[in-house]
Amino acid sequence: MADGDTDIPKMSHPLELPEFKCGAMEGLEPYIASPDHQTALGFPGELVPDWKEKTIEKMGELAEKNRAFKVYLDICVKCGSCTDKCHYYLGTGDPKNMPVARQDLLRSVYRRYFTFAGKYFPWLVGARDLTEEILHEWYSYYHQCSECRRCSVFCPYGIDTAEITMAARDILAHVGIGMKYSNEIIGKVHQIGNNLGLPAKALGATLEDLEEDIEDETGVSVRIPLDVKGADILLITPSADFFAEPHIDGLLGYAKVFHEAGVSWTVSSYASEAANFGMFIGNYEQMRKISLRIRKAAQDLGVKRIVFGECGHAWRVAYSFLNTLAGPFDFLDQNYPVPQHILDFTWNEIEKGTLKFDKSKNDHYRMTYHDSCNVARATRIGDYPGSQFEIPRNVIRAVCNNYFDMPRETTHESTLCCGGGGGLLTDDLMDLRLKGSSPRMTALQQVTEEHGVTHMAASCAICKTQFSKVMPKFGYEMDSIVSVHQLVSNALILKGQDGYDDDNQDEDENTNNTDLGE
Amino acid sequence: MLGIIYALLFYVATLLLVVGLAFKIYTYARIPAPLKIPTTPAPITRFGVVLRMLREVVFFESLFKSNKWIWAFGWVFHMSMWLVLIRHIRYFTKDVWWWVEIAQPFGTYAGLAMILALGGLLARRFLVNRVRYISNPSDYLMLLLLIGIGVSGASMRFVAHTDIIAVKAYMLGLTRLQIGYLPADINLLAHLGLVALLMIIFPISKLLHAPGIFFSPTRNQVDNPREKRHLAPWAAKLEK
Repeated sequence: MADGDTDIPKMSHPLELPEFKCGAMEGLEPYIASPDHQTALGFPGELVPDWKEKTIEKMGELAEKNRAFKVYLDICVKCGSCTDKCHYYLGTGDPKNMPVARQDLLRSVYRRYFTFAGKYFPWLVGARDLTEEILHEWYSYYHQCSECRRCSVFCPYGIDTAEITMAARDILAHVGIGMKYSNEIIGKVHQIGNNLGLPAKALGATLEDLEEDIEDETGVSVRIPLDVKGADILLITPSADFFAEPHIDGLLGYAKVFHEAGVSWTVSSYASEAANFGMFIGNYEQMRKISLRIRKAAQDLGVKRIVFGECGHAWRVAYSFLNTLAGPFDFLDQNYPVPQHILDFTWNEIEKGTLKFDKSKNDHYRMTYHDSCNVARATRIGDYPGSQFEIPRNVIRAVCNNYFDMPRETTHESTLCCGGGGGLLTDDLMDLRLKGSSPRMTALQQVTEEHGVTHMAASCAICKTQFSKVMPKFGYEMDSIVSVHQLVSNALILKGQDGYDDDNQDEDENTNNTDLGE
Repeated sequence: MLGIIYALLFYVATLLLVVGLAFKIYTYARIPAPLKIPTTPAPITRFGVVLRMLREVVFFESLFKSNKWIWAFGWVFHMSMWLVLIRHIRYFTKDVWWWVEIAQPFGTYAGLAMILALGGLLARRFLVNRVRYISNPSDYLMLLLLIGIGVSGASMRFVAHTDIIAVKAYMLGLTRLQIGYLPADINLLAHLGLVALLMIIFPISKLLHAPGIFFSPTRNQVDNPREKRHLAPWAAKLEK
């Protein structure tokens, strides 16, 4: 769908309720995976002849293997608490984008085949016979959910639509209807090691170029090491950090911080990807296979620590799932979190005083921060609950003079998704992405009006790409979205860089004077 | 005759309720949660999780954050229902326990509050288009059933008294497997019949939210995935 025909809603505030537009997003389908992309992941190439039996069988299997799936399908009371919480509902007005309505697309079929009421009184509980049309309805609406979990925060039972979405996508892939964007990318990770399909040689060349960029800018030689055995830290970062803007500027920030901290670190060409789209397609085995690359890289390189770069869902998989999928990590240094978030690392260095900043370097920015959904609602960054909100803000405030939060009902655990998460960051869903971003963009416009905010920082590769695409539609330059570590990089003054010794010289002189006085 | 029909009804209803609920709880407990998925910020200790769960089931914390109308109706209904249930314990014990005695006056008015709150929830189902859209016939009927229980019950207190001494004797008898005399008042028979129906459908309906919430991984998991390895039995087999 072309960008031009998207009817972006005009919202007076970020959570404004839309008029019902029944069927507004009916039939929207991202490209279906080709047989090659399907079979590469062990899924059937196309819709299997016995799709009905296979769908029900897979549904039953998931209900046996995943407590969340079973419990959440059973216990919803249809109270309506979640109905106004989804950014895609707010942006599209399509009632099937209300979280409970989205769940019901699958729940209605589950009830028909797995519950007493649905088997004998289907009309009473809205149970439906499975049809091929329903499979396509699932494919459409379960790809209008970014698995952001905002609904689960507000559900009195914590029902998480993301769990249902993941299960639905898993079921669909198992009967032959996989999603091209995600499955193609997962295939590349298995084959090459990253979402881009960037081979080791090209990656090495890219990193060398970036080293030159830093040296040109600062006059200091900062290394971005690749495949260095015996390094202390393995950096796992989304591959977008190697090539996309503003992601690269974040990578430069990590490199400078590591350099100043004086630690030895390396990137791995084998596990050159933090992203794990296995989560998006709801497939445990795929997610595990991708995670095991990280374990292998850490063992092969003999590192002591693993640090993850800025990425939302990747951090969810890293923080919440990595120990489960690829652990135990008893071969790493247990004095550090396994894995650690780059913002945690940087904030620790700031607190230790090892980093020297010139905050005025960011004075051309008036900043706000977008809490990425997976970081906000599925992880911690530091060692206490809520550190996922505080540490990014602490870091930004340490390197910027002008910081303003967006309205509270759109930040922290109530944050709004960027509109492109959960495997929806594909051009064939641009219409949905624009509409889904409008609540967040409206919140941003509010702080622009009130505080003159010019830029928004995010610590997620998908958020960054999504915003750089959609921001121009809302009156911002595409570079109004920045990496948190880009701000760090701007303000950080390296040892040996012009200006580094300014304060120290003063101190030295003072010391000398005192000495002389004595 | 009436006494025998209702006795059978209650024995069957109790059996279905207890066995059905036990089976569902066993099922929820048996099925593993393969991944750590607490909605964060989440407690990092088991005790913290207990407190989180208490806040959810006593104060409906998440619902309060979400929607004040649903919270108000829902919370008043549930808390009134507890008072009403406590008040009803007197019909099943020979001597009335002291704390049941204390709840007695509150329980009476809680019955009215319960009916009003249920009316509010029902009105939302009709009036709010988002809630109307997601409602099935069973969702309306469930509220009507509860309202029916409330109204028939309150009618015996405020409109037409039944022979409550006889009812208590009948209920006490049932607990001792003795079937006695049940007054043939229409509001009493409606009340008891609807309660039995509620007990029967409890384990096969959305009323499962009551035990279910305790098994909700987003609410009952400790946020410590890095510190403690979490592994489902079926997932452990993949490692072999």
